[in-house]
Order: sequence, then structure tokens, then C-alpha cells
Amino acid sequence: MRVLVLAKEGERSVAATPPTQEAMAEYQKFNEELVKAGVVVAAGRLTSSAEGKRVQFDGKKRTVIDGPFAEAKELVAGYWLWQVRSMDEAIEWLKRAPYDGGTFEVRQVSMHEGA
Amino acid sequence: MKEPPIPTEAHRAIEAIWRIESARLIAGLARLVGDIGTAEELAQDALVAALEQWPASGVPERPGAWLMATAKHRAIDLVRRRKTFERKYEELGRDLERDDPGEDMDPAIDDEFGDDLLGLIFMACHPVLSKDARVALTLRVLGGLTTEEIARGFLVPASSIAQRIVRAKRTLAEAHVRFEVPFGPERVSRLASVLEVIYLIFNEGYAATAGEDWVRPALCEEAIRLGRILAELVPTEPEVHGLVALMEIHASRLSARVGPSGEPILLLDQDRAQWDRLLIHRGLAALERAERLGGAMGPYALQGAIAACHARAATAGETDWPRMVGLYDAVAQLAPSPVVELNRAVAVGMAFGPAAGLELVDALVPEPALKAYHLLPAVRGDLLRKLGRFEEARLEFERAASLTQNLRERELLQRRAAECAAERMAG
Repeated sequence: MRVLVLAKEGERSVAATPPTQEAMAEYQKFNEELVKAGVVVAAGRLTSSAEGKRVQFDGKKRTVIDGPFAEAKELVAGYWLWQVRSMDEAIEWLKRAPYDGGTFEVRQVSMHEGA
Repeated sequence: MKEPPIPTEAHRAIEAIWRIESARLIAGLARLVGDIGTAEELAQDALVAALEQWPASGVPERPGAWLMATAKHRAIDLVRRRKTFERKYEELGRDLERDDPGEDMDPAIDDEFGDDLLGLIFMACHPVLSKDARVALTLRVLGGLTTEEIARGFLVPASSIAQRIVRAKRTLAEAHVRFEVPFGPERVSRLASVLEVIYLIFNEGYAATAGEDWVRPALCEEAIRLGRILAELVPTEPEVHGLVALMEIHASRLSARVGPSGEPILLLDQDRAQWDRLLIHRGLAALERAERLGGAMGPYALQGAIAACHARAATAGETDWPRMVGLYDAVAQLAPSPVVELNRAVAVGMAFGPAAGLELVDALVPEPALKAYHLLPAVRGDLLRKLGRFEEARLEFERAASLTQNLRERELLQRRAAECAAERMAG
């Protein structure tokens, strides 16, 4: 099964303190381990929500809203698409991530039979 | 796992951890003790210890290191009891000093993990074993699958799989197969054996040879995972990327090749919007890697290129059939076989018209290897139908239906036969 891991790390604009070199190395090591285990199918980091847009649908009407968006805690800063055998396996992998803050949401991709 | 998993949170966590850790655990232990059977027993013992202790104590911070340390301690006990492997005992002692379980063990594990895993893959896929044995052992020690799960995948009784695995371990021990990563010319042939095993697993999932289901995605997923792991372990081997490309692209069609009631949908009839673009993208990238490494003409890379040829066409009508014929020519030169010739005939029929294809297929009819192969009459029926020879086509589809072991495929072929009968009436 495939799961989408959403990193809800809050707002991390480019201007904010960049992660330390040590933290980056830790992250890279973790990510490499995931890749070597054949878990990562796709991954990406998102730029600040100030650069993002939202499109709201209301019947025939479409409204475009410019970022930044207010609900900082819910903002997605990055994502992984993982191939795992169970939700439990995804959780075990995620627990090993070298993060000291933020919330990570794991959601199963439905109706997918591929790998 | 030896014990049926009890679905408490801790047990589910342990099962997931086992899936993540078991291959490298068994690999590390196999390097130490020299044989897979003992390594797996030790790993299982560590798992049993975890099942006993973790529900009460909680899962340790580094579960993999805990399992490895526990298994190594048991290995020492075992070697002490056997008192025969003096040299191994010394090695174990040195190893334990280096990996003090109280310390952070990860660096030591990381350095050796890759080679250990590769050694285990080569051992489980050793040519001294039969194909069936290699497949079962690989799924067991590298996939972390239980005997029951493997049995379900191949529709055989669990006892047969268990027996296969026991016999495989014994064969390896009797043949004194060493735990090693081969180099040079030996590596090439040993790697071919590994790739064959992975592809066999994939194919059994992709086009189940028997049973009610047309596909068994779990086996495909397992094979692709093994392929992706192998591609990371030996990144400079073009054929590994060729095989990964082939599997990723084939898997991209998994949901498109099965209809709502489980019936197979043939490639040219599939809704291409349902093809998984991400897997196609990954497959094309893997193929490019194989080609960059000079492996464009490898057997798996060529089959990957054929799959890519379909994947690149936005509609069935846009398929580059002349290129496909060229690719099959190359496959036929490399590994001539009646099945390849049959596929080539299909491509020729599409590129240069059904009459040209039929001529090639007719030449294959006396081929003994294709005598019971249902796709020969299926292809012949298809070409005859295109030529308007509906009655002959119907008989071929009927014949094909009687030859396949797969229920879903039989239904599809019978439907084709019925369509031919209707077309004949209408014509």
C-alpha cells in the first residue's frame, strides 16, 4: 500500500532560521535509509505558503486566494509518498525520523493496487 | 513469525518492526554464523524475546539494535554449546566488543548493512537451489514474509512452502555455500540468478498462472521493493535498473488491466488515463539509468524498453510498432525463444498488417514448446479475426480458453470466441 506522509511543521519561510547543518545531515541519513529500504516512491519540500494560492469553488464561482495562510499548524511543509506493507510499518518508519517538533500526518492512498 | 500475532498495539508494532528489520538482522547474523538456517533461527529467537518483553517494557528506542544485540548473545550461547566453531566464536567476541549493545550501534551496522544484505540476497538466490526454493527462501528471509503469506501468494499449502524452505537451507549447508558477495564473472552469473528470482515473484503476482485472481498485487509490491533495494545496493549494474524499469512500468498498469468484476483487460484495450504516471516516470528514469550504464541491450533493459514503448504512447494507436519490432528482434537475438518469436509476431502484425503477423505465427504452430501455451492460439485468433476469418478465429479462441489455467483469462477468451461467432453471423 501507498501512504502519503504530510509534514505539518508549521510555517517555515525561507527567511526563517535555516536548519543547522547537523540537522540536515541527520535528515539526509534518515531519508537515505528509507530509499535504501525501497520505501520512498516520491518526496518533496514545499516553499512558504506566502508563495501559495488557494482556489475556492462555490457552484460555478471560483475565487483565488493568495497566501500566506493563517492556520500555521495545519500548513504542510513537505511530503513523502511511501510504499509500505501496513500502516504500522509506516508509523514505525516515521517514529525514526530525526525531528524534534511538528506533526506528521500519515494517510493511506486509496484504490491503489500498484507499488 | 512463530506465534500468531496478537493484535495489541505492541504486537502490531513488533510485527512492523520485524518487517523493517528482519532482512538486515538475518543478513548480519548470517555473516557471523555462516549459514542462513542458523541466522534465521537466531533472529526468530530475538523476535520471540521481543514479543515476551516489549509489551511490558515498551519498544526500545533502537529496536533494530536491540534485536541484533539479543540475537548475537544467543549466537554466542549457541556457539558455546556447539563448541565446534572456535574461530567463529572469536569473531563473534570481537564483533560484540565493537558493537557494545549499550552504545549507539548504528554506525557499525550502517557500514556493514549493505554488504551483509547483498550477501544474503546472493545466498538465498544461489543457483544450487531450484527456482521454487530460491523464490520461497528470498520471500522468507528478505521479504520477511511468513510461510503462510508465501503459501497464499503461490496458492500452495503452507506445509509445502515450509518444506521448501527447510530443504533449501539444508541444500545450502550441504553445498557449503559461503556467505559472500561475489565479484568478477561469477558476480554476473550470480546476479542473473537474483534478478530471475525477483522477476519470477513479480510475474506470479502480475499474471497469476493459476487460480481465480488475475493479479496478486502483494507479490508485485514485494518484488518491486526487492528490486528497488537491489538497485540501491548495486547501483552500477545496468540490468538491475533494467529489471526495475520493467517492473515499475508493468506495475503502472495494474489497476487498468483488471475490470470491475475482476476480468483481465488487455494492454491495447486499457484506459491509459488509469496508468500510474508516477510509476511510469520512475520506470523511464530507471531505464535511462540502465542505458547510461551501457546496458541498453541487456535482456531486462530490452524488455523494459518494450514496456516503455507502450508507456510513452498516449493512445494505443500511437504505439511505435516498428520500433517494437526492432526491440523484439534484439531480444530474439539475445535470447531466442518461441515465446519471444510469438511476441515479435504480434508487433509485426501491428506494424505491417495482420497477414504478415499471421505468417510468422503459423510458422510457430509446430513448435513443441508452445504446444500447450494458450497465448499461441489467442494471438492466432486475434490475427485471423482482423483478417475477417471469424470461424477460424473462434476455434483458436476456444482452444486458447481450454489451455489457460487462469479462470479470469478463460472467461475473457471465451468472450472473444463468442464475439467472433457473432461477427461471423453479422458478416
